Amino acid sequence: MKAMLFGAIGLLLGAIVATFLGLRGGAPWEEAMLLGLPLGFAQAALCLAARFPARAAPLAAGNVLRLAATHLSAALVSTGAWILTGFALARLLEQFPGHAGSFARFQREAASLAVTGVLIFLLAVTAHYLIIALESAREAEVRELSARMLAREAELRALRAQVDPHFLFNCLNSIATLTAEDPGGARRMCLQLAGFLRRSLALGQQDHISLGEELALAGEYLAIESIRFGPRLKFVESVEDGCRDCPVPPLLLQPVVENAVRHGIAQILEGGTIRIGAHRDLGGIILTVDNPRDPERPAGRGTGVGLENVRGRLRALHGERAGIEMTSTATLVTVRLFIPWVGDSDRGAEPRDIGKESDGAL
Amino acid sequence: MVPSELLKVLIVDDEELARRGLRRDLAADPAIEVLAECPDGFEAVRAATELKPDVVLLDIQMPRLNGFEVLELLDPEIAVIFVTAHDDHAVRAFEVNAVDYLLKPVDPQRLSDALGRARERLRRREPMPVEALAAASRPAGVPLGRILVRDGPQVHVLPVETIDYIEAQDDYIAVHSAGRSHLKQQTIAAVEQRLDSSRFVRIHRSYLLNLDRLARIELIAKDSRIAILRDGTRLPLSRAGHTRLQALL
Repeated sequence: MKAMLFGAIGLLLGAIVATFLGLRGGAPWEEAMLLGLPLGFAQAALCLAARFPARAAPLAAGNVLRLAATHLSAALVSTGAWILTGFALARLLEQFPGHAGSFARFQREAASLAVTGVLIFLLAVTAHYLIIALESAREAEVRELSARMLAREAELRALRAQVDPHFLFNCLNSIATLTAEDPGGARRMCLQLAGFLRRSLALGQQDHISLGEELALAGEYLAIESIRFGPRLKFVESVEDGCRDCPVPPLLLQPVVENAVRHGIAQILEGGTIRIGAHRDLGGIILTVDNPRDPERPAGRGTGVGLENVRGRLRALHGERAGIEMTSTATLVTVRLFIPWVGDSDRGAEPRDIGKESDGAL
Repeated sequence: MVPSELLKVLIVDDEELARRGLRRDLAADPAIEVLAECPDGFEAVRAATELKPDVVLLDIQMPRLNGFEVLELLDPEIAVIFVTAHDDHAVRAFEVNAVDYLLKPVDPQRLSDALGRARERLRRREPMPVEALAAASRPAGVPLGRILVRDGPQVHVLPVETIDYIEAQDDYIAVHSAGRSHLKQQTIAAVEQRLDSSRFVRIHRSYLLNLDRLARIELIAKDSRIAILRDGTRLPLSRAGHTRLQALL
């Protein structure tokens, strides 16, 4: 493909030079071809080589003069070498019979050929810049697409993990027991479970929800779990004023809260308190979830996947600006999430920066 | 026991609601007596030792000791019926070993069928495949982090890093840890298989050594060596054991 392009450009430029020499310079047709074709291919090679200075000096506002100087001098030097090659070829041709005076004929056209050569070189540089721009636009598009796909995938995974089968079957078991001893309680638990499931499905379909909505979902979830766990599960929420309006990706906090129940409360017979906190900081929101842990239970058992999922989604949406970390002491596990408040402190940054932002993460 | 006799049942589940549900279902059958409800594995082992149930209904996901760990500590002649809400891994282990299990919410008919089979099992004096279940219950390649031993009604949890060495004594193993020796009904080969093989070395037919405890090896006669531990304990070292030890050091 490249060789064909080179051949085509070489032939075209050769024809132009030959036409110059033949029509304007009055050179015999054969001589015009003999000089024109090699020069045409030489010029084609120079045009393709113009890619290197174009790549080395990318277009950017502010350095137009320097760019112009760079490319003009490249054009002058390469065209100068090209014309000299022409002189040498013409001189060589003179050695053969029937070509006397070819040097002089070439000399007459040298100036106009030089001007044409410079123009063609500069044209080639421009073409290269165009190609580079097109390529990088396509690359950016591909990157953005893959980042979006990643985000979508993570969301789907999160959704699937959302309705944790262990949670669901244990709830049904609680309801089954309640139906016999407390029909009213069974009915309430059914309604709560239905409400939770319906809300998590609805929220999962949106791009962004408010932190308030996410917290309400966590509240519903914990209310259901506290029927199951009874007095073992206590829950405290402390949310700073104004935080509830912060837009957050849906179901981001939920797996963290579920982890707190599954790996915290469910592993301690005496139970304990899950604390959810939210406050503003550094142009975003810091969410914390902490839960008690059994000091004898090996740390980090089975908690990795859920958090990795949350980390992946945060990164796909906000790049390095967001983050999640887990710290634990002998008796307490704390998960902290930082989510930038897009459109709050920095209105310029749109959430659609997905592609660019997640570059580092890919 | 005779099939028509009263079947004595222990219920083990950390969720009170789940225990109440099972108790209610069992109350319908006059041939069944619920001896006690236990909220965790330690209680279960204690109650099983003191009350001698025929059947234990055993939840799998519980704090501190899971159902499989409890199973290891129960007398093998007790018929265990596992109860789980959702645990693919466990369910596969049950199917492979033909062990009875119930899924939550528990279907009363299935519960009564399982109890019927438990009566059969008890009459035939068919022991639970404890070792196979214990092995199947752990994800492949994850070595044991602790050994559980029973001392009467009490359960001791021995983290593997506290174990000095394990000694075979007929059908039992003696686990030596922190200056004490704990007996457990298990073969040394079975425990060797489940421990981290880069940490515990079979230095002799009857001895499994925690590599961290080894102080030095002493030649006491031609081709006869002993291992000396940091606390001065002297253990016999077979020729094969010496080769295995050399490979790790």
